[in-house]
Amino acid sequence: MADINKKAKTTNPFESIIEALFVFFEKKINMYAFIVLAVGFLVVFPNVSSRFTQEIMTNLFFYVVVCLGLNIIVGYAGLLHLGYAAFFAVGAYTTGILSSRMGMDFWLTIPFSIVAAVIAGLAIGFPTLRLRGDYLAIVTLGFGEITRLTIRNLDITGGAIGLIGIQRPVLFGITLNQITHFYYMFFILAIIAIIVSYRLENSRMGRAWEYIREDEDAAAAMGINVVTTRLYAFIIGSSFGAVGGSFFAAKMTAISPDSFMFIHSVMFLMAVVLGGMGKIPGVVLGSMLVVLIPEVARGIGPYRLLIFGFLLLIIMLYRPQGIWPDKPAISAKE
Amino acid sequence: MAIHEILIQQLFNGLLIGSFYGLVAIGYSMVYGIIKLLNFAHGDIYMLGAFSGLVFLSIVAPTIGAGWGSLILGMLISMLLVGLVGVFIQRVAYRPMLKAPRLSILITALAVSMILYNTIMLLSSGRFLPFRTEISTESFFLGPLRLTETRVVLIVAAFALMFIMHMFITKTMYGKAMRAISLDRDTCQLMGIDVYKIIALTFFVGSALAAAAGIMAGVYYGTIHFYMGFLIGLKAFTAAVIGGIGIIPGAMLGGLLLGLLEAFGTQIPFIGTVWKDVFSFAFLILFLIFKPNGLLGRSESERM
Amino acid sequence: MALLEIKDLTLRFGGLCAVNALSLEIEEGSIRSLIGPNGAGKTCVFNCMTGFYIPSDGEIKFQGQSLREKKPHYITYLGLARTFQNLRLFKGMSVLENVMSGMHCRSKAAFLTTVLRTKGQKAEERHIREVAEECLDFVGILDKKDFIASNLPYGDQRKVEWARALATQPKLLLLDEPAAGLNKDEKSRLIELMHRIRDERDITIFLIEHDMGLVMKISEKIFVIDYGVKIAEGNAQEVRDNPKVVEAYLGKEEEETA
Repeated sequence: MADINKKAKTTNPFESIIEALFVFFEKKINMYAFIVLAVGFLVVFPNVSSRFTQEIMTNLFFYVVVCLGLNIIVGYAGLLHLGYAAFFAVGAYTTGILSSRMGMDFWLTIPFSIVAAVIAGLAIGFPTLRLRGDYLAIVTLGFGEITRLTIRNLDITGGAIGLIGIQRPVLFGITLNQITHFYYMFFILAIIAIIVSYRLENSRMGRAWEYIREDEDAAAAMGINVVTTRLYAFIIGSSFGAVGGSFFAAKMTAISPDSFMFIHSVMFLMAVVLGGMGKIPGVVLGSMLVVLIPEVARGIGPYRLLIFGFLLLIIMLYRPQGIWPDKPAISAKE
Repeated sequence: MAIHEILIQQLFNGLLIGSFYGLVAIGYSMVYGIIKLLNFAHGDIYMLGAFSGLVFLSIVAPTIGAGWGSLILGMLISMLLVGLVGVFIQRVAYRPMLKAPRLSILITALAVSMILYNTIMLLSSGRFLPFRTEISTESFFLGPLRLTETRVVLIVAAFALMFIMHMFITKTMYGKAMRAISLDRDTCQLMGIDVYKIIALTFFVGSALAAAAGIMAGVYYGTIHFYMGFLIGLKAFTAAVIGGIGIIPGAMLGGLLLGLLEAFGTQIPFIGTVWKDVFSFAFLILFLIFKPNGLLGRSESERM
Repeated sequence: MALLEIKDLTLRFGGLCAVNALSLEIEEGSIRSLIGPNGAGKTCVFNCMTGFYIPSDGEIKFQGQSLREKKPHYITYLGLARTFQNLRLFKGMSVLENVMSGMHCRSKAAFLTTVLRTKGQKAEERHIREVAEECLDFVGILDKKDFIASNLPYGDQRKVEWARALATQPKLLLLDEPAAGLNKDEKSRLIELMHRIRDERDITIFLIEHDMGLVMKISEKIFVIDYGVKIAEGNAQEVRDNPKVVEAYLGKEEEETA
């Protein structure tokens, strides 16, 4: 019987390289070796780099955490979220208010931050997710704006000036106040985010999200509660953003509404979409692009967003699955 | 001012702003009805209309002035040009995506929006530009209402456009075709309806109306800015949901209602102008919870 | 009490009455069929039973519990599974993953247990996989479990659809035109399969079909519906001889050739 699953042999050298890489990393030991090397490199990195570079890498790790959260909503559950900066803001301001106005210890603010994100997520998700998934895009956009306006107009959030005096975290007696501290802090967070995402992806929940993405009605017929499953994705994803926000607040010690604008929501989305929605390495790649390109191409300055807009359009038209390659259809188990 | 004077004034203001919302919401609703896309870039089309109007005026002002004649001419030309831009965008960015997952086309719309407003931002150096006209700003009183010639013309023009739109949708073949396509696109193709042409026409009409609203907004507010499309997009969506998404009279009704709600909302002590937008957004959420099909919508049953 | 009771089921779409005061009962352990000319309303009945349409009137009771206004996923959870006329597999996913979807409502791992990879969660994942493989084996395509669903030939895709429905561990299985597009061999194997489903797994079967031969061979009782109304009920012989049934089918043929 013809082997239906094998693709015709391609002569495209690029594709052959990708294929070879996939085969190489199929072997568990190769995968582990690579991971150990990469992690090892990143661990010793601060010893061989300037503070400026560490700052960029810290920013990158921060993006990875936040974008993996957005990836759960956009990539796994297939819902467009245009106001992710709002959840990031909810986390940052919860920590900010509790820390600077009530003197709470940083680590204690984190559960509050997550709860705040869950509440916000339910408030937005519940009315909207019962309806079509497309509505969520605009509603989240609106929510993003409303959050920003509210933050700007209230006293407790410091108004347009924002909050200052957010306390630095203290870990095992050391006050984290140097860039190297935050480098490692966000690095660990990124690793946790990757592990959590990976476990979610390859689980009953992860499959449920994929079933819904493929065919919502068939998924319902198979016993999957589409609304609550989507809501789960929305809330879990939002929590990632909130946690990222809390640590961001602690690192900056001062936050203002200007860090949580629509443009930031767009940047997070770009990282997820450009790199490859729904794929963890894709999101990491996308984060690298979004964080590093402006650093490398300083000259583009004001044209940055226009260029990103065109990039997004081109990717959507010609390679909507993002830059990160998909697994080849050839099943190794034959 | 006495209470009833305030109320009547706000009633007028609300209807005026509401008619802008309605004009933009029509395009939003039409496009959603026909291809199930929430055209995120629609607000930027409104902004384009305002800017093209400004460009036209600055070109012709030295020769024929910037009075009502120029304005009307400018509006018609803008409507035509921006309508064509809408068709172009649809052809290049949306038509290839019609069979793609919904998420992809939504992101494409986002990309288009980014391209549009960033282009205008760069061209306008990000500044607020004054929309200079030479029409009278003298106010007069009609009973308790304080009006200007401008406002009267604007509200009449907006309502006229909405009326024309209503006639177009209900009385012409094109209008019927649009409604048919929104119900079942594949069958329409089998029936010999040139679906792509109708979709292009929908974008043309919707964009033209948004452009008209943009120019009217320019006249009304006096200044325009590259980011003005952002908020109007949200308001238009809210209006479309209130009235019933995909239903043209619903978009008009929703727009007017939203305008009125906002106008009266600014009079409520806690809300005022500061929280006006939050107030509108709250209405969106309320409608989504309690009446997601809008005031004029019926619940759809699934087709399996 | 019958496993499934439908009483005076009515479904209206605006002016059109797709299903009109339909009543029928399905006993546990039986194989029943619903037949009728095209457009008679058969799939509408299935959609009402499975929660995809809300009936305008009437009652549907499954194991004594009313199914009206219940959501599709809940109805599946209660033990009523269905296949689709036009095969709605999860195209980009593997055959095994497709079938594992059936076990979603029979498992419960949520966020915390998943992220922490508890013993319970790992055991549950293994169990889900085992049940899915067992269902694939039952329909005879276990060897294709890692193939992408859309890459399979039509006949095999059908089997995946059945395996998927079986994985939900239903008490009542609704098959929407299971024989469509199958050749003679495949059809006799389908009959065998349906008997095995009923005998080995204790599942009641209710099917919609156009293939008269198949229907006559497999069903103990047949319901005939036309224009949304039940016009006959009985075993193969009774239905075949019923003048109303003949008229419904022949009458339709006359209209079509006219």
